[in-house]
Amino acid sequence: MDAYLTLIQLLDSTVRLATPLLLACLAGLYSERAGIFDIGLEGKMLAAAFFSAAVASLTGSVWVGLAAGIGASLALSALHGVASITFRGNQLISGVAINFLAAGMTVLIAQDWFRQGGRTPSLMGGARFEGITLPLADTLEPVPIIGPLYAELISGHSVLVYLAFATVPFTWWLLFRTRFGLRLRAVGENPAAVDTAGVSVVGLRYAAVAICGVLCGIAGAYLSTALQAGFVKDMSAGRGFIALAALIFAKWRPWYALWATLLFGLFGALETRPDVIEAAIGLKVQGQLLGALPYLMTVIILAGFVGKAIPPRAGGEPYVKER
Amino acid sequence: MDVMPKWAEVILVPLISLLLAAILSALVILAIGEDPVAAVKLMVTGALGSTYGWGYTLYYATNFMFTGLAVAIAFHARLFNIGGEGQAMLGGLGVALACLYIPWPHWTLALLGAIVMAALFGAFWAAIPAWLQAKRGSHIVITTIMFNFIAASLLNYVLVNLLRPKGQMDPATARFPDVVHLPTLHELLAPFGIAFSKSAPANVSLLVAVLACFLLWVLIWRTRLGYEIRAYGHSESAAKYAGISPTRIIMITMIISGALAGMMAINNVMGEAERLVLNSTEGAGFIGIAVALMGRSHPLGVFIAAILFGFLYQGGAELALWTSIPRELIVVIQALVILFTGALDNMVRMPLEKIFLARRRRQAPKPERKEA
Repeated sequence: MDAYLTLIQLLDSTVRLATPLLLACLAGLYSERAGIFDIGLEGKMLAAAFFSAAVASLTGSVWVGLAAGIGASLALSALHGVASITFRGNQLISGVAINFLAAGMTVLIAQDWFRQGGRTPSLMGGARFEGITLPLADTLEPVPIIGPLYAELISGHSVLVYLAFATVPFTWWLLFRTRFGLRLRAVGENPAAVDTAGVSVVGLRYAAVAICGVLCGIAGAYLSTALQAGFVKDMSAGRGFIALAALIFAKWRPWYALWATLLFGLFGALETRPDVIEAAIGLKVQGQLLGALPYLMTVIILAGFVGKAIPPRAGGEPYVKER
Repeated sequence: MDVMPKWAEVILVPLISLLLAAILSALVILAIGEDPVAAVKLMVTGALGSTYGWGYTLYYATNFMFTGLAVAIAFHARLFNIGGEGQAMLGGLGVALACLYIPWPHWTLALLGAIVMAALFGAFWAAIPAWLQAKRGSHIVITTIMFNFIAASLLNYVLVNLLRPKGQMDPATARFPDVVHLPTLHELLAPFGIAFSKSAPANVSLLVAVLACFLLWVLIWRTRLGYEIRAYGHSESAAKYAGISPTRIIMITMIISGALAGMMAINNVMGEAERLVLNSTEGAGFIGIAVALMGRSHPLGVFIAAILFGFLYQGGAELALWTSIPRELIVVIQALVILFTGALDNMVRMPLEKIFLARRRRQAPKPERKEA
């Protein structure tokens, strides 16, 4: 029973750690499916994390904070759109610039607003997303096996966690069962064909980049108002890049994205519990190895040794109409 | 035919991009309630007003020359090497091994040995993504990003578990022996009767970096290999048609690039810290991107841009010391430089091209139109 409870705890923190990865990964999925590479996921998450924490602490309402976070992320998305769609600039360079812009601006503004060395005050009460206790969780808790599973693992997360998991089937439906989704995927594979059909390539790509901004905004807000209580400098800590790795690992598909981010979330959860791994496989695994594992696995997948990850064909190339 | 004359292409476009970045930076300083003019004055006196300031400016510039050149050579083959950070970390490992385990008789030999080790380690870290790009078609941008993180984990492991002396708490190697100490600018200039600050970290690596700038210029514009790299960068299909092997160009270019990024370690690890610590690179690998973009991938441009960024770094440190402006202002300026000189290049270029076209039409009332 003790081992079972440890497992539940481990999976519980897996879900918590996978949520921002999942949101950012789906964000990247929309953008890259439409042919816009986005290595600025990290920066957008960071900006959203700061603005949602800052505004939540100033207004006392986490929902206003969430809106501000999404707004900040959308603004960076718009910048990425202008650079890579309108001015046909290099999408990768634009992403790098956005990452640095967010890393610098968040600390600069945090210092100007709060004067606490680049962090926001700790969030309390209504300025944070609290866990939601699902119906019957307390009643079911004493039931063996199912009780702890339901009460600990499924119940008790913040609303953003449930939102993130609901986004997976929604994304699948939107991309593979609607006209908008078909066009969005087409614009990432063969924009000229979409253009010939009389649909605006620019409009579709901006729409995809905007959806990406909203999802990154939620991911960032989750970091600072649900996972932790407040913003600290560089708190996204490479999660945007892990999400990017997960996206490749998932071969740009929504359901695979769920499994990939859960797997990477599990690595993150295991990193803090080396005792569990030692008990489970009888070997001492270095924490650094677990930290590097998502990146290593992505490189192996990219190399095509285990299956092949084929990106959208028109990805990274600006669309030029007149030829 | 080029729309713009060469001087506009080489000087005007980057200058306007920089101006835009500077204006926005000034607005940012204004927005946080500080005086941009006073800030610039403080930065200039802090970074260039004394030999101490110059010593730090040139120390940072040395780092940025190496990483800037690394990104620049890759750009010539139209490869984007974001992995300079990881390659420089590995270079640091190579330098540490060379300095700790080989009994050097003199610093000159140690420097040569350290350069070779740094270049080998950095090149190795770039060669894997290069091979994956050339042979397996894995996107080099993604793999080099991944390799930055893998390098950080690897270095963490090596420092904590292997190279840390017994009984020491912080994850770092032992101090290098005195014999591998590189002469600082103070020691180099003293025989000539020039007084230079004793405590500034600029050292003989600066000369190596300048030499690297020159050699890279020779390589890119005066050798057959350089021509092949540029040809491949302009058009892969044309290069293939001319008998240039893409695999060979990708591998060679990335190995040179990784070696240059790795060689940064002779400055920050051997020259300054004299031991290997965690995060010794401090983001210099990424600043190389801004430096290469600003320098238009030309070694002379990289040289100038590296000194400018060295000035920004030292000036930014002074700002953080004397005002309430945090050091992160430099990160913002860096982002704006990358944005305007890199991603929004067309925003500056398109209106300029229109102006030049209009001027040319006015000068020649009846132009002969050769191209359709």
